[in-house]
Amino acid sequence: MEHKIRMKLSYFPGCSLATSAKENNWSLIEICRKIGLKLIELEDWNCCGSSSAHSLNSRLALNLASRILSLAPPERPLLVACPSCNMRLRHAQHYLKENASARDEYQRLCGRPFDPYLKIMHFFELFDQIKLSDFCGKENHALNGLRFVPYYGCMLTRPPSMRREKNYYGLMENVLSSVGASPVQWSCASRCCGTFLSAAKPDFVAELVNNIVRSAHNAAAECIVTACAMCHLNLEIRCNMKDRIPVFHFSELLSLVLGSGFPKGWSSRHIVDPMPILKARELFL
Amino acid sequence: MLRPVLPGSSKNPITVSDITPDFAAEVKRRSGTSPCLCWHCRCCTNGCPFYQAMDIGPNDVIRLVQLGLKDRALRCSAIWVCVGCHTCSSECPMAIDISAIMDTLRQMALEEGIEVVEPDILRFHEEVLKSLKRYGRAHKLEIMLRYKVRKRDWLSDIDVGLKMLAKRKLDLMPSKIKKIGELKKIFVKEDI
Ligand code: SF4
Ligand code: SF4
Repeated sequence: MEHKIRMKLSYFPGCSLATSAKENNWSLIEICRKIGLKLIELEDWNCCGSSSAHSLNSRLALNLASRILSLAPPERPLLVACPSCNMRLRHAQHYLKENASARDEYQRLCGRPFDPYLKIMHFFELFDQIKLSDFCGKENHALNGLRFVPYYGCMLTRPPSMRREKNYYGLMENVLSSVGASPVQWSCASRCCGTFLSAAKPDFVAELVNNIVRSAHNAAAECIVTACAMCHLNLEIRCNMKDRIPVFHFSELLSLVLGSGFPKGWSSRHIVDPMPILKARELFL
Repeated sequence: MLRPVLPGSSKNPITVSDITPDFAAEVKRRSGTSPCLCWHCRCCTNGCPFYQAMDIGPNDVIRLVQLGLKDRALRCSAIWVCVGCHTCSSECPMAIDISAIMDTLRQMALEEGIEVVEPDILRFHEEVLKSLKRYGRAHKLEIMLRYKVRKRDWLSDIDVGLKMLAKRKLDLMPSKIKKIGELKKIFVKEDI
Protein backbone atom coordinates (compact mmCIF):
# COMPACT_ATOMS: atom_id res chain seq x y z
CA MET A 1 0.00 0.00 0.00
CA GLU A 2 1.27 3.41 -0.89
CA HIS A 3 0.82 6.25 1.58
CA LYS A 4 2.05 9.77 2.05
CA ILE A 5 2.89 11.75 5.15
CA ARG A 6 2.01 15.30 4.02
CA MET A 7 4.08 17.57 6.15
CA LYS A 8 6.31 20.58 5.68
CA LEU A 9 9.88 20.75 6.95
CA SER A 10 12.46 23.50 6.88
CA TYR A 11 15.53 22.28 5.05
CA PHE A 12 19.21 23.04 5.52
CA PRO A 13 21.28 21.40 2.77
CA GLY A 14 24.70 22.78 3.77
CA CYS A 15 27.62 23.61 1.46
CA SER A 16 28.57 20.09 0.38
CA LEU A 17 25.13 19.14 -0.82
CA ALA A 18 24.72 22.48 -2.55
CA THR A 19 27.95 22.01 -4.53
CA SER A 20 30.14 18.90 -4.62
CA ALA A 21 27.36 16.49 -3.74
CA LYS A 22 24.42 17.76 -5.78
CA GLU A 23 23.42 14.15 -6.44
CA ASN A 24 23.02 13.72 -2.69
CA ASN A 25 20.86 16.83 -2.48
CA TRP A 26 18.78 15.91 -5.47
CA SER A 27 18.04 12.39 -4.29
CA LEU A 28 17.24 13.54 -0.77
CA ILE A 29 14.71 16.12 -1.96
CA GLU A 30 13.26 13.55 -4.31
CA ILE A 31 12.80 10.96 -1.55
CA CYS A 32 11.07 13.50 0.65
CA ARG A 33 8.76 14.44 -2.20
CA LYS A 34 7.91 10.77 -2.74
CA ILE A 35 6.98 10.18 0.86
CA GLY A 36 4.98 13.38 1.05
CA LEU A 37 7.34 15.79 2.80
CA LYS A 38 7.65 19.26 1.41
CA LEU A 39 11.05 20.75 2.05
CA ILE A 40 11.29 24.52 2.36
CA GLU A 41 14.92 25.54 2.08
CA LEU A 42 16.02 28.01 4.75
CA GLU A 43 16.11 31.44 3.20
CA ASP A 44 19.65 32.79 2.72
CA TRP A 45 21.34 30.09 4.83
CA ASN A 46 25.05 30.35 5.55
CA CYS A 47 27.72 27.70 6.07
CA CYS A 48 27.80 26.17 9.56
CA GLY A 49 31.54 26.89 9.76
CA SER A 50 32.49 23.29 9.19
CA SER A 51 35.63 22.06 10.97
CA SER A 52 37.54 25.25 10.34
CA ALA A 53 35.42 27.61 12.44
CA HIS A 54 35.46 25.54 15.61
CA SER A 55 39.12 24.72 15.05
CA LEU A 56 40.19 28.34 15.12
CA ASN A 57 37.48 30.18 17.01
CA SER A 58 34.70 28.57 19.05
CA ARG A 59 32.65 31.78 19.32
CA LEU A 60 32.71 32.17 15.57
CA ALA A 61 31.46 28.59 15.18
CA LEU A 62 28.66 29.25 17.66
CA ASN A 63 27.62 32.47 15.94
CA LEU A 64 27.59 30.95 12.46
CA ALA A 65 25.39 28.12 13.72
CA SER A 66 23.22 30.61 15.62
CA ARG A 67 22.46 32.58 12.49
CA ILE A 68 21.27 29.38 10.79
CA LEU A 69 19.08 28.44 13.75
CA SER A 70 17.57 31.91 13.76
CA LEU A 71 16.42 31.52 10.16
CA ALA A 72 14.26 28.51 10.98
CA PRO A 73 10.57 29.28 11.58
CA PRO A 74 9.41 27.76 14.88
CA GLU A 75 6.35 26.01 13.49
CA ARG A 76 8.13 23.22 11.61
CA PRO A 77 11.12 20.94 12.27
CA LEU A 78 14.44 21.74 10.64
CA LEU A 79 15.73 18.89 8.49
CA VAL A 80 19.51 18.79 8.16
CA ALA A 81 21.10 16.78 5.40
CA CYS A 82 24.72 16.60 6.49
CA PRO A 83 25.71 14.78 9.71
CA SER A 84 28.43 17.24 10.55
CA CYS A 85 26.25 20.32 10.01
CA ASN A 86 23.69 18.51 12.14
CA MET A 87 26.28 18.06 14.87
CA ARG A 88 27.32 21.75 14.72
CA LEU A 89 23.71 22.95 14.88
CA ARG A 90 22.73 20.60 17.68
CA HIS A 91 25.83 21.43 19.60
CA ALA A 92 25.05 25.14 19.30
CA GLN A 93 21.45 24.59 20.35
CA HIS A 94 22.58 22.51 23.32
CA TYR A 95 25.07 25.19 24.38
CA LEU A 96 22.51 27.97 24.03
CA LYS A 97 19.99 26.06 26.12
CA GLU A 98 22.49 25.73 28.94
CA ASN A 99 23.98 29.18 28.79
CA ALA A 100 22.02 32.35 29.58
CA SER A 101 24.69 34.84 28.53
CA ALA A 102 25.09 33.07 25.19
CA ARG A 103 21.33 33.42 24.69
CA ASP A 104 21.56 37.20 25.27
CA GLU A 105 24.34 37.37 22.74
CA TYR A 106 22.23 35.32 20.31
CA GLN A 107 19.38 37.79 20.63
CA ARG A 108 21.67 40.75 19.99
CA LEU A 109 23.21 39.04 17.00
CA CYS A 110 20.12 37.56 15.37
CA GLY A 111 17.55 40.13 16.43
CA ARG A 112 15.14 37.57 17.92
CA PRO A 113 15.03 35.42 21.03
CA PHE A 114 16.51 31.93 20.94
CA ASP A 115 13.94 29.20 20.41
CA PRO A 116 14.89 26.23 22.61
CA TYR A 117 12.08 24.10 21.18
CA LEU A 118 13.14 24.13 17.55
CA LYS A 119 13.32 20.51 16.51
CA ILE A 120 16.49 19.80 14.57
CA MET A 121 16.40 16.49 12.79
CA HIS A 122 18.99 14.76 10.74
CA PHE A 123 17.83 13.06 7.58
CA PHE A 124 18.32 9.66 9.28
CA GLU A 125 15.67 10.44 11.83
CA LEU A 126 12.99 10.28 9.15
CA PHE A 127 13.89 6.71 8.33
CA ASP A 128 13.94 5.74 11.93
CA GLN A 129 10.29 6.72 12.12
CA ILE A 130 8.81 5.44 8.88
CA LYS A 131 8.74 2.07 7.19
CA LEU A 132 10.29 2.51 3.79
CA SER A 133 8.53 -0.48 2.27
CA ASP A 134 5.19 1.25 2.93
CA PHE A 135 6.13 3.84 0.36
CA CYS A 136 7.46 1.70 -2.45
CA GLY A 137 4.20 1.19 -4.24
CA LYS A 138 3.30 -1.66 -6.55
CA GLU A 139 6.38 -1.80 -8.71
CA ASN A 140 8.69 -2.31 -5.77
CA HIS A 141 12.26 -1.59 -6.86
CA ALA A 142 13.74 -3.80 -4.21
CA LEU A 143 17.52 -3.75 -4.14
CA ASN A 144 17.80 -7.29 -5.39
CA GLY A 145 20.40 -8.59 -2.98
CA LEU A 146 22.89 -5.76 -3.58
CA ARG A 147 25.77 -6.44 -1.18
CA PHE A 148 26.84 -3.23 0.54
CA VAL A 149 28.91 -2.09 3.48
CA PRO A 150 27.39 0.77 5.50
CA TYR A 151 29.85 3.59 6.13
CA TYR A 152 28.95 6.00 8.92
CA GLY A 153 32.32 7.74 9.37
CA CYS A 154 32.32 9.88 12.48
CA MET A 155 28.57 10.31 12.37
CA LEU A 156 27.93 7.91 15.24
CA THR A 157 30.41 9.49 17.63
CA ARG A 158 29.72 12.67 19.56
CA PRO A 159 31.01 14.72 22.44
CA PRO A 160 30.18 13.41 25.93
CA SER A 161 27.70 16.25 26.52
CA MET A 162 25.54 14.76 23.75
CA ARG A 163 25.85 11.12 24.79
CA ARG A 164 22.18 10.86 25.66
CA GLU A 165 21.02 11.76 22.18
CA LYS A 166 19.77 9.04 19.94
CA ASN A 167 22.37 7.14 17.98
CA TYR A 168 21.57 5.76 14.54
CA TYR A 169 23.88 2.80 14.56
CA GLY A 170 22.53 0.15 12.21
CA LEU A 171 19.99 2.38 10.53
CA MET A 172 21.36 2.03 7.01
CA GLU A 173 21.51 -1.77 7.39
CA ASN A 174 17.94 -1.94 8.70
CA VAL A 175 16.44 0.33 6.09
CA LEU A 176 18.27 -1.06 3.08
CA SER A 177 17.82 -4.68 4.07
CA SER A 178 14.09 -4.03 4.46
CA VAL A 179 14.04 -3.39 0.71
CA GLY A 180 16.14 -6.31 -0.35
CA ALA A 181 19.79 -5.28 -0.05
CA SER A 182 22.28 -7.40 1.92
CA PRO A 183 24.45 -5.60 4.45
CA VAL A 184 27.96 -6.99 4.86
CA GLN A 185 29.80 -6.86 8.20
CA TRP A 186 33.12 -5.04 8.12
CA SER A 187 35.52 -3.27 10.40
CA CYS A 188 35.54 0.29 9.06
CA ALA A 189 31.92 1.36 9.43
CA SER A 190 32.79 4.19 11.77
CA ARG A 191 36.39 4.94 10.83
CA CYS A 192 36.76 8.70 10.21
CA CYS A 193 37.34 9.59 6.54
CA GLY A 194 40.03 12.18 7.24
CA THR A 195 37.82 15.23 6.57
CA PHE A 196 39.89 18.37 5.98
CA LEU A 197 43.21 16.55 6.27
CA SER A 198 42.39 15.41 2.75
CA ALA A 199 43.60 18.86 1.66
CA ALA A 200 46.50 19.40 4.07
CA LYS A 201 47.75 15.80 4.35
CA PRO A 202 46.65 14.12 1.13
CA ASP A 203 49.08 11.21 1.33
CA PHE A 204 48.09 10.31 4.84
CA VAL A 205 44.40 10.44 3.96
CA ALA A 206 44.95 8.42 0.79
CA GLU A 207 46.38 5.60 2.90
CA LEU A 208 43.52 5.85 5.38
CA VAL A 209 40.93 5.80 2.59
CA ASN A 210 42.68 2.94 0.80
CA ASN A 211 42.47 0.91 3.99
CA ILE A 212 38.76 1.60 4.24
CA VAL A 213 38.06 0.70 0.61
CA ARG A 214 40.30 -2.38 0.82
CA SER A 215 38.41 -3.54 3.86
CA ALA A 216 35.10 -3.18 1.97
CA HIS A 217 36.55 -5.02 -0.98
CA ASN A 218 37.88 -7.82 1.23
CA ALA A 219 34.46 -8.17 2.81
CA ALA A 220 33.17 -8.92 -0.72
CA ALA A 221 30.89 -5.90 -0.80
CA GLU A 222 29.78 -4.62 -4.17
CA CYS A 223 29.52 -1.04 -3.02
CA ILE A 224 29.97 1.32 -0.07
CA VAL A 225 27.01 3.33 1.17
CA THR A 226 27.84 6.61 2.92
CA ALA A 227 25.84 8.74 5.31
CA CYS A 228 27.79 11.95 4.74
CA ALA A 229 28.73 13.90 1.62
CA MET A 230 32.20 14.73 2.96
CA CYS A 231 32.95 11.02 3.52
CA HIS A 232 31.64 10.28 0.06
CA LEU A 233 33.97 12.84 -1.48
CA ASN A 234 37.04 11.62 0.41
CA LEU A 235 36.36 7.96 -0.32
CA GLU A 236 36.00 8.79 -4.00
CA ILE A 237 38.80 11.25 -4.62
CA ARG A 238 41.46 9.92 -2.27
CA CYS A 239 41.33 6.24 -3.08
CA ASN A 240 44.19 5.48 -5.47
CA MET A 241 44.07 1.70 -5.60
CA LYS A 242 43.20 -0.43 -8.58
CA ASP A 243 40.49 -2.49 -6.92
CA ARG A 244 37.76 0.01 -6.30
CA ILE A 245 34.06 -0.27 -5.82
CA PRO A 246 31.34 2.34 -6.31
CA VAL A 247 30.37 4.60 -3.43
CA PHE A 248 26.72 5.58 -3.09
CA HIS A 249 25.07 8.19 -0.95
CA PHE A 250 22.46 6.49 1.23
CA SER A 251 19.91 8.87 -0.29
CA GLU A 252 20.74 7.70 -3.81
CA LEU A 253 19.84 4.11 -3.04
CA LEU A 254 16.66 5.23 -1.31
CA SER A 255 15.56 7.24 -4.31
CA LEU A 256 16.26 4.22 -6.47
CA VAL A 257 14.04 2.13 -4.20
CA LEU A 258 11.28 4.72 -4.35
CA GLY A 259 11.40 4.55 -8.12
CA SER A 260 12.63 8.06 -8.80
CA GLY A 261 15.16 7.13 -11.46
CA PHE A 262 18.09 9.48 -11.82
CA PRO A 263 18.55 12.70 -13.75
CA LYS A 264 20.64 12.76 -16.91
CA GLY A 265 24.37 12.69 -16.30
CA TRP A 266 23.91 11.38 -12.80
CA SER A 267 26.29 8.43 -13.01
CA SER A 268 29.09 10.61 -14.41
CA ARG A 269 29.24 12.48 -11.10
CA HIS A 270 30.70 9.31 -9.61
CA ILE A 271 34.38 8.54 -9.90
CA VAL A 272 33.79 4.80 -9.94
CA ASP A 273 30.98 4.23 -12.38
CA PRO A 274 28.04 2.67 -10.50
CA MET A 275 26.23 1.56 -13.65
CA PRO A 276 27.84 -1.88 -14.09
CA ILE A 277 26.76 -3.16 -10.68
CA LEU A 278 23.33 -1.57 -10.97
CA LYS A 279 22.88 -3.26 -14.31
CA ALA A 280 24.25 -6.56 -13.04
CA ARG A 281 21.67 -6.46 -10.27
CA GLU A 282 19.01 -5.28 -12.70
CA LEU A 283 18.44 -2.19 -10.63
CA PHE A 284 18.66 0.56 -13.18
CA LEU A 285 15.61 1.13 -15.27
CA MET B 1 57.72 6.20 14.23
CA LEU B 2 60.06 7.55 16.90
CA ARG B 3 58.09 9.63 19.34
CA PRO B 4 59.49 12.39 21.55
CA VAL B 5 60.24 11.58 25.18
CA LEU B 6 57.62 13.36 27.19
CA PRO B 7 58.62 15.52 30.15
CA GLY B 8 58.44 13.83 33.51
CA SER B 9 60.92 10.98 32.97
CA SER B 10 64.55 10.80 34.02
CA LYS B 11 65.57 11.50 30.42
CA ASN B 12 63.46 14.62 30.30
CA PRO B 13 62.93 16.02 33.78
CA ILE B 14 60.52 18.87 34.45
CA THR B 15 61.91 22.16 35.71
CA VAL B 16 59.70 24.13 38.05
CA SER B 17 60.10 27.23 35.89
CA ASP B 18 58.44 25.37 32.97
CA ILE B 19 55.21 24.99 34.90
CA THR B 20 52.24 27.31 34.48
CA PRO B 21 50.28 26.46 37.65
CA ASP B 22 46.82 27.58 36.53
CA PHE B 23 47.08 26.09 33.02
CA ALA B 24 44.87 23.05 33.63
CA ALA B 25 42.25 25.25 35.30
CA GLU B 26 42.25 27.63 32.34
CA VAL B 27 41.87 24.75 29.86
CA LYS B 28 39.02 23.37 31.95
CA ARG B 29 37.27 26.75 32.04
CA ARG B 30 37.59 27.34 28.32
CA SER B 31 36.87 23.84 27.06
CA GLY B 32 34.09 23.05 29.53
CA THR B 33 35.64 19.63 30.24
CA SER B 34 38.03 18.46 32.97
CA PRO B 35 41.48 17.35 31.77
CA CYS B 36 42.40 16.35 35.32
CA LEU B 37 39.88 13.50 35.29
CA CYS B 38 42.07 11.64 32.80
CA TRP B 39 43.75 8.51 34.23
CA HIS B 40 45.66 7.69 31.03
CA CYS B 41 43.99 4.48 30.04
CA ARG B 42 44.96 5.50 26.47
CA CYS B 43 41.65 4.44 24.93
CA CYS B 44 41.72 7.78 23.14
CA THR B 45 45.20 7.43 21.71
CA ASN B 46 44.78 3.81 20.70
CA GLY B 47 41.55 4.55 18.88
CA CYS B 48 42.53 7.83 17.24
CA PRO B 49 42.64 7.32 13.46
CA PHE B 50 45.20 10.12 13.18
CA TYR B 51 47.67 9.12 15.87
CA GLN B 52 50.16 8.09 13.18
CA ALA B 53 50.18 11.65 11.86
CA MET B 54 50.63 13.21 15.33
CA ASP B 55 53.84 13.74 17.28
CA ILE B 56 52.22 12.76 20.58
CA GLY B 57 48.90 11.10 21.35
CA PRO B 58 45.76 12.76 22.68
CA ASN B 59 46.33 11.42 26.21
CA ASP B 60 49.91 12.76 26.13
CA VAL B 61 48.52 16.17 25.29
CA ILE B 62 46.24 15.88 28.31
CA ARG B 63 49.20 14.81 30.45
CA LEU B 64 51.04 18.00 29.50
CA VAL B 65 47.98 20.01 30.48
CA GLN B 66 47.76 18.21 33.83
CA LEU B 67 51.41 18.95 34.48
CA GLY B 68 50.98 22.63 33.61
CA LEU B 69 53.50 22.40 30.75
CA LYS B 70 51.77 25.04 28.69
CA ASP B 71 54.48 25.84 26.20
CA ARG B 72 55.07 22.19 25.36
CA ALA B 73 51.33 21.51 25.00
CA LEU B 74 50.77 24.48 22.70
CA ARG B 75 53.68 23.47 20.46
CA CYS B 76 52.69 19.91 19.64
CA SER B 77 51.38 18.87 16.24
CA ALA B 78 48.60 16.74 17.72
CA ILE B 79 46.43 19.78 18.46
CA TRP B 80 46.53 20.67 14.75
CA VAL B 81 46.18 17.19 13.31
CA CYS B 82 43.12 16.40 15.45
CA VAL B 83 40.04 16.68 13.23
CA GLY B 84 37.51 16.58 16.06
CA CYS B 85 35.98 13.27 14.97
CA HIS B 86 35.08 12.36 18.58
CA THR B 87 36.22 8.78 18.14
CA CYS B 88 38.19 9.27 21.35
CA SER B 89 35.56 10.93 23.50
CA SER B 90 33.01 8.28 22.56
CA GLU B 91 35.36 5.73 24.12
CA CYS B 92 36.66 7.75 27.06
CA PRO B 93 35.59 6.10 30.34
CA MET B 94 35.82 9.48 32.06
CA ALA B 95 33.62 11.24 29.48
CA ILE B 96 36.27 13.82 28.73
CA ASP B 97 35.58 15.94 25.67
CA ILE B 98 39.07 15.52 24.23
CA SER B 99 38.28 17.32 21.02
CA ALA B 100 37.14 20.39 23.03
CA ILE B 101 40.52 20.34 24.79
CA MET B 102 42.26 20.20 21.42
CA ASP B 103 40.15 23.15 20.16
CA THR B 104 41.01 25.15 23.26
CA LEU B 105 44.74 24.46 23.01
CA ARG B 106 44.84 25.25 19.30
CA GLN B 107 43.07 28.54 19.90
CA MET B 108 45.37 29.38 22.80
CA ALA B 109 48.40 28.66 20.61
CA LEU B 110 47.08 31.11 18.02
CA GLU B 111 46.30 33.78 20.62
CA GLU B 112 49.80 33.49 22.07
CA GLY B 113 51.41 33.70 18.65
CA ILE B 114 53.19 30.38 19.07
CA GLU B 115 54.82 29.02 15.95
CA VAL B 116 52.43 26.59 14.28
CA VAL B 117 54.07 23.25 13.53
CA GLU B 118 51.43 22.29 10.96
CA PRO B 119 51.24 25.46 8.84
CA ASP B 120 49.37 23.74 5.99
CA ILE B 121 46.49 22.84 8.25
CA LEU B 122 46.27 26.39 9.59
CA ARG B 123 46.39 27.82 6.05
CA PHE B 124 43.59 25.55 4.97
CA HIS B 125 41.36 26.61 7.87
CA GLU B 126 42.15 30.27 7.21
CA GLU B 127 41.19 29.97 3.56
CA VAL B 128 37.89 28.32 4.50
CA LEU B 129 37.08 31.14 6.91
CA LYS B 130 37.98 33.79 4.32
CA SER B 131 35.63 32.14 1.88
CA LEU B 132 32.85 32.16 4.47
CA LYS B 133 33.45 35.81 5.23
CA ARG B 134 33.41 36.69 1.54
CA TYR B 135 30.41 34.63 0.43
CA GLY B 136 28.74 33.20 3.53
CA ARG B 137 29.32 29.74 2.08
CA ALA B 138 32.35 27.65 1.27
CA HIS B 139 33.55 28.05 -2.30
CA LYS B 140 35.68 24.93 -2.55
CA LEU B 141 37.46 25.69 -5.80
CA GLU B 142 38.68 29.08 -4.60
CA ILE B 143 39.64 27.67 -1.20
CA MET B 144 41.78 25.03 -2.88
CA LEU B 145 43.37 27.49 -5.33
CA ARG B 146 44.21 30.07 -2.67
CA TYR B 147 45.52 27.37 -0.40
CA LYS B 148 47.80 26.18 -3.21
CA VAL B 149 49.02 29.72 -3.94
CA ARG B 150 49.91 30.28 -0.31
CA LYS B 151 51.66 26.95 -0.16
CA ARG B 152 53.47 27.80 -3.41
CA ASP B 153 52.72 24.34 -4.55
CA TRP B 154 50.79 23.96 -7.77
CA LEU B 155 51.66 20.56 -9.02
CA SER B 156 51.12 18.13 -6.23
CA ASP B 157 47.63 16.74 -6.10
CA ILE B 158 46.69 18.39 -9.38
CA ASP B 159 45.28 15.13 -10.73
CA VAL B 160 42.76 15.02 -7.92
CA GLY B 161 41.74 18.64 -8.58
CA LEU B 162 41.23 17.92 -12.26
CA LYS B 163 39.28 14.79 -11.50
CA MET B 164 37.00 16.80 -9.22
CA LEU B 165 36.45 19.38 -11.92
CA ALA B 166 35.72 16.72 -14.52
CA LYS B 167 33.22 15.07 -12.20
CA ARG B 168 31.58 18.46 -11.54
CA LYS B 169 32.41 18.28 -7.85
CA LEU B 170 33.78 21.82 -7.86
CA ASP B 171 31.51 24.70 -8.80
CA LEU B 172 33.29 27.41 -10.76
CA MET B 173 31.23 30.24 -9.34
CA PRO B 174 30.66 30.83 -5.63
CA SER B 175 27.21 30.82 -4.16
CA LYS B 176 26.89 34.03 -2.17
CA ILE B 177 24.29 34.75 0.47
CA LYS B 178 22.17 37.90 0.15
CA LYS B 179 22.70 39.36 3.60
CA ILE B 180 26.46 39.03 3.55
CA GLY B 181 26.66 42.04 5.89
CA GLU B 182 25.27 39.88 8.68
CA LEU B 183 28.08 37.40 8.18
CA LYS B 184 30.77 40.07 8.01
CA LYS B 185 29.53 41.36 11.36
CA ILE B 186 30.03 37.92 12.91
CA PHE B 187 33.61 37.76 11.60
CA VAL B 188 34.56 41.34 12.45
CA LYS B 189 33.44 40.77 16.02
CA GLU B 190 36.14 38.10 16.24
CA ASP B 191 38.75 40.23 14.46
CA ILE B 192 38.80 37.92 11.46
S1 SF4 C 1 40.33 7.79 27.08
FE1 SF4 C 1 39.89 9.43 28.56
S2 SF4 C 1 40.71 8.70 30.53
FE2 SF4 C 1 41.56 7.39 28.90
S3 SF4 C 1 43.53 8.36 28.43
FE3 SF4 C 1 42.05 9.21 27.00
S4 SF4 C 1 41.28 11.06 27.98
FE4 SF4 C 1 42.32 9.86 29.53
S1 SF4 D 1 38.83 13.87 18.03
FE1 SF4 D 1 40.98 14.25 17.57
S2 SF4 D 1 42.11 13.14 19.12
FE2 SF4 D 1 40.05 12.34 19.15
S3 SF4 D 1 40.10 10.56 17.82
FE3 SF4 D 1 39.46 12.29 16.54
S4 SF4 D 1 41.36 13.11 15.69
FE4 SF4 D 1 41.93 11.75 17.39
